[in-house]
Order: sequence, then C-alpha cells, then structure tokens
Amino acid sequence: MKKIVLMGNPNVGKSVVFSRLTGARVISSNYPGTTVDYTHGRMCLGDEPYEIIDAPGTYSRAPTNKAEEVACEMLARGDVILNVVDATNLERNLLLTLELLETKKPLLIALNLWDEAKTTGIRIDIQALSALLGVPVVPTVALSGEGIRELVDRIPDARPGTRFDLPGDEDKWRQIGSIIKAVQQVSHRHPTPGDRLAAASIRPVTGVPMAVGIILFLFWMVRLLGEGLITFIFNPLFELYRPLITELSNWLGPGILQELLIGRLYDGEIDFIQSMGLLTTGLYVPIAMVLPYITAFYLMLALLEDSGYLPRLSTLSDTLFHRIGMHGYGIVPLFLGLGCNVPGVLATRSLETRKQRFIAATLVCISVPCMAQTAMIFGVLGPYGVGYIAMVFITLMTVYLSAGLVLNRIMVGISPEICLEIPPYRMPSPGIIAKKTWMRVRGFLLEAIPYLFLGVLMVNVLYLAGFLDWLGSLFAPIISGLLGLPPDAATVLLAGFLRKDLAVGMLLPLGLTPAQLVIAVTVLTIYFPCVATFAVLFRELGIRDLACATAIMIGVSLAVGTLLRLILIGV
Amino acid sequence: MGIPLAELSRDQTARITELAGGHEFKRKLRNMGIREGKIVRILAAQPFGGPVVIEVDGRATTIGRGMANGIMVEPVE
Ligand SMILES: Nc1nc2c(ncn2[C@@H]2O[C@H](COP(=O)(O)OP(=O)(O)O)[C@@H](O)[C@H]2O)c(=O)[nH]1
Ligand SMILES: [Mg+2]
Repeated sequence: MKKIVLMGNPNVGKSVVFSRLTGARVISSNYPGTTVDYTHGRMCLGDEPYEIIDAPGTYSRAPTNKAEEVACEMLARGDVILNVVDATNLERNLLLTLELLETKKPLLIALNLWDEAKTTGIRIDIQALSALLGVPVVPTVALSGEGIRELVDRIPDARPGTRFDLPGDEDKWRQIGSIIKAVQQVSHRHPTPGDRLAAASIRPVTGVPMAVGIILFLFWMVRLLGEGLITFIFNPLFELYRPLITELSNWLGPGILQELLIGRLYDGEIDFIQSMGLLTTGLYVPIAMVLPYITAFYLMLALLEDSGYLPRLSTLSDTLFHRIGMHGYGIVPLFLGLGCNVPGVLATRSLETRKQRFIAATLVCISVPCMAQTAMIFGVLGPYGVGYIAMVFITLMTVYLSAGLVLNRIMVGISPEICLEIPPYRMPSPGIIAKKTWMRVRGFLLEAIPYLFLGVLMVNVLYLAGFLDWLGSLFAPIISGLLGLPPDAATVLLAGFLRKDLAVGMLLPLGLTPAQLVIAVTVLTIYFPCVATFAVLFRELGIRDLACATAIMIGVSLAVGTLLRLILIGV
Repeated sequence: MGIPLAELSRDQTARITELAGGHEFKRKLRNMGIREGKIVRILAAQPFGGPVVIEVDGRATTIGRGMANGIMVEPVE
C-alpha cells in the first residue's frame, strides 16, 4: 500500500488535514508541538487504498528535538509527500518545501489557512507557484473542508517537481526570495483593537495579571462545571440506579459474589464510595466522581489550546521555568499532565535537551496529580473544607518548584533558551472543541474503567487471600512509623500503582482524620506514577533515567510525607 | 556594525544586519524566518533578562535574551 506522509512546519494545520482525509480523529491545537508522534490512517482513492501518516511539524530536515526526529523518520518512509504549507507565512514555509523537493519523491502542496491569508490581505498566484515548483498546489481551508476534495483529486498528480539544485541554505533563501516576488502580493493592514489586546497579553505589565486571571478563571470553571455535573446529573442518575443494585444485592445474599459485585454494606446499605464492589464503587468512582471533572477540565483545556494562549503563557513564565531547568515551553507538559500524566510526559519531546526532558517528565510524575486523582481529592477532602485541599496543592506546588531547583543545580547538561513561534489568536471552533473533548473523555473511559475494575478485583482477591494484611505489617514501620497512617494504607499505595483515583477512594473506609488524608493523598501523588505513566516514562527516558526518576520519587515522597506528618500531626 | 536586537526599545523597528553566533544558531533562526535583511520589531520584553517577543513578516516569535543579543540590527526610520 502506498504511503502518503504529511509534512510541514509546526502549527500549519497538518492534523486537521489528516482528520479530513482519513476521518480518523487526532488532536489538533493552536500551538507548535501538538503532535509529537505519528498517526496512521487510511484513505481510498478510487479503488486504491492509501496509508496516510500525520507527522509532527518541522522547520527543516535537520531535526532540533525528538518530535522533529520523528517527522524526519516518517519522511523517509513516505512514497508520496503531502506538504502542508501555511499560506499566511509562505516565504518561511518554502524552505522545507525546497528541502522536500530534494528527496525527489512525488510531492503535492496543500496551501492551507487560505481563509486567513485572504482576510489578512495576502494574495498568492496559485498557478504561478505551481509552475515554478513543478508540483500541484491546492488552496485549502482544512477547518471548513474547503479545497480538500480538490486536494484528494490531485494526489495522483503528485510529482518530484522542479530540480533546483541549491546546495546551500543561502542559495535556497535567494531562490525563495525570487519565488515570493513572483507569486505573492501583500497589502498593508492597519492594526485593529484585537491586535492591541493581543499585544497587551504578552507584555509583562498587562500580561501577567491577565495570565493569573485566566488561570484562576479556568480552574474555577472546572470546579463549577464538575460540581454542577455531579450534583445535577450524575448523583441523581446513581440514585435511580440504587434500588436496582440493592435488589440485586438482596437477591445474591451474603457470599463471595456479593463481596465481589456489591462489596461491603454499611448499616445494611450500599455505600457507593466505600463498598468496593465492581458494580458499586467500580462504577461510581469513574462515572460519578471522576468523569464530570475530566469532562470539565478537557473542555477548558481545549479552549486554552485552540485559542493560541499557551505559547503566550510560555513566554510570560519563561524566566520562572529557567530557574527549574526548563524554558517556558515546560508549561505545556505541566498543563497536559494536569489532565493525564501520559500526554504530559509525551509533550516533553518538544524540549530540546535530555536535561530539560528529564526534569520536565520527572516533575510531572512527581507533583502533578492527574484530573482523575484531583477529582477524588476534591471528593474525599471536600467535606472537610477548602483549607485541606489547598494544603495538598500548595505542598505539591512547592515540591514541583523545589525539586526543579535542585535538579537544575545537580544535573549536568544545558537548558537552551526558548525559541517559540507565537501563532495568531484564533476563535476556537465549537466542532473541534467538542470532538477533542469527547476524544479525551472517551480515552479516559476506555482506559479507566477496565483498570478500575481490575483494581477493585485485585483489592478484593488480595484481601480475601490475606495478602493485604501481610503487606500492611511488612510496611508498617514506614506507613505508620514515618507517615502516621494505619498499616492498611499500604494497600492503598499498592492500588495507586494501577489507578490513583481508585486509591484515593480506598482511603475512605480507613476512617482517617483530615490531616491523615492530606498526608496520604500527597504521598500518593508523589511516590510513584501509575502503571500507564510508568510505561511511557520508560519509553521516553530509557531504563537508567527511569531508575533515577523512580528513586527521586520514592525519596521525595517519604521526605514530604514525614515532614507533613510532623507539621500536621506531630511526633 | 549595528546594535544587538535586545537593546531596541519596544515598538522600535529595525533591519537585521547580521546573525552573530554559531552555525546552529543561525540555522535555527533563519528556518523560523528571522534572517538578514528582514524588518523586525520588538513586541514585548520580559523582565529579569527574560525572553523578547519579536515580529518578523507579521509573525511573532519568542526568543531568549541571549539569542536577541546575537541578532545585530540597524534601526530604520
Ligand atoms: N482558520 C483556519 N484555521 C485552521 C485551518 N487549518 C487548521 N487550522 C487551525 O490551526 C491550528 C493548528 O492546526 P493543527 O492541525 O494542530 O496543526 P499541525 O501542528 O500542523 O498539526 C488549529 O487550531 C486548527 O484549528 C484553516 O484552514 N483555517
Ligand atoms: Mg499536528
């Protein structure tokens, strides 16, 4: 099967074009570095099936980070190159185009963002450009689908194009200059009020207060939406479900099946959070406690991503991030990690050096609770007041910053300066926002529910087998001696390796005081990543760095846990 | 010849005359459209030696202060 690979600069719309061509869904966002890995898809042209590959963006064939390395590998695999070009930025984009022509592979160009080019007063002579480059050029608006049909029709016309024979970059730039002169006309545009607001958002004096306001607003919205969904939709739903499951419980009667499916009864009643049955806690935790927050968070994240605000935030926070061994782009793994640590760790690929990547990935795993865990922390600590929740998050923030400061000091290697393109602000498209949020929520459901079931099952089986008591007594010196928690909490840490949200829920039947809960959820965040994150961490860091990162996590969790115990409970 | 870009004040316009740095540095900037002969404007400068945001060809890019010091410019107008 022929392979068509999508190549282009970062943030030119490759992923949206890919979705249009294949119908497959991939994440697209308005900042460079959204795509850090390749995705396959399929498309049929007449009777002939094609494989389409969406690759990360790159400015040239000489990669400067891991994501660009992936792009260059994909280029080698492609039979046909679909070069997606930003029509609002033709000159710069043509460098990659000329480099792609050097591969002598059949090529065609999608001149994307054609709508924005028109509104900003850029006119490009398509025929002339196509003639000069010797390849088909099709103007497209990937967002609306305009031009995609023509693009598909022209795929068979892809050809190796003009052989310019320009060995050096200087020669290429000169050639590009003459092409631009021949095909492009730019009419001058006066700055609009929107432009002035955009500029204000990136200047320190106005931008920093705006950033603080935006971040607070986003988190406030997540809490509001999450709470609202729980109170008005999911809890009422589960109250409808309660009589059914109670009926089932009575019908089953005491025995192993009741233990597994329904779990323990409290005063003869099912307690959705504490019962620990597959059909009670196993469903209630993911659906009624976590899902609402996940949905709210991903909705807000999508708005943040698609508006184009993240690169501005990177710029404003760059100085801070340099202190902790990264540069401003480090905010991207942090924000993605707040949803789920797995994409958080993957996003570190856009950082340039090993030192930056190691620090970014370790800090995400050590001190960024995923939204599933955060939701459960809200659920468990919420009844005791906001103060306790604040304690957890302030501790984690302190860990993030101080671990970063220390790692930056002791690690060899360099942290280069930021060099990041700032895309224009764009109005997020409701369709894309909805699709993206759904994709991520669906991902959560598909991953979380099986793991939660497994977790609940494991806890029950190990409990019945007496393993958990043994584990509890084994770790008692640490769990009780250092952290001031009951020995049973060892079970929770074990379950946390599968799913942290489940583990937080398992703290409830232990009857802990609020102070003990704070210690337990904080240690649970720091001590070890969940198995899914552990797997990507292994892939991204390699075995040696993974061992280092793990040692750091365990050490820090014990230190922080002990410190919290001394402060909150005393000796 | 020229002054470092980092020394321009906000909204001042200048022409890039030289990229003073290693091969990688030059290549990276040129690939992002920041090249000799281009007109550049400072959109914002972050305090404490933080990065500067520049505009070239209507497109904004954030670059570190060190990089901005390696871009030589000649004010225009
Ligand atoms: N107005 C407009 N926006 C587009 C178009 N194509 C893509 N976008 C937006 O541009 C941004 C970057 O798209 P994406 O596919 O993630 O770019 P990639 O990094 O090249 O994969 C997203 O916010 C898209 O919604 C287009 O033709 N017109
Ligand atoms: Mg992409």
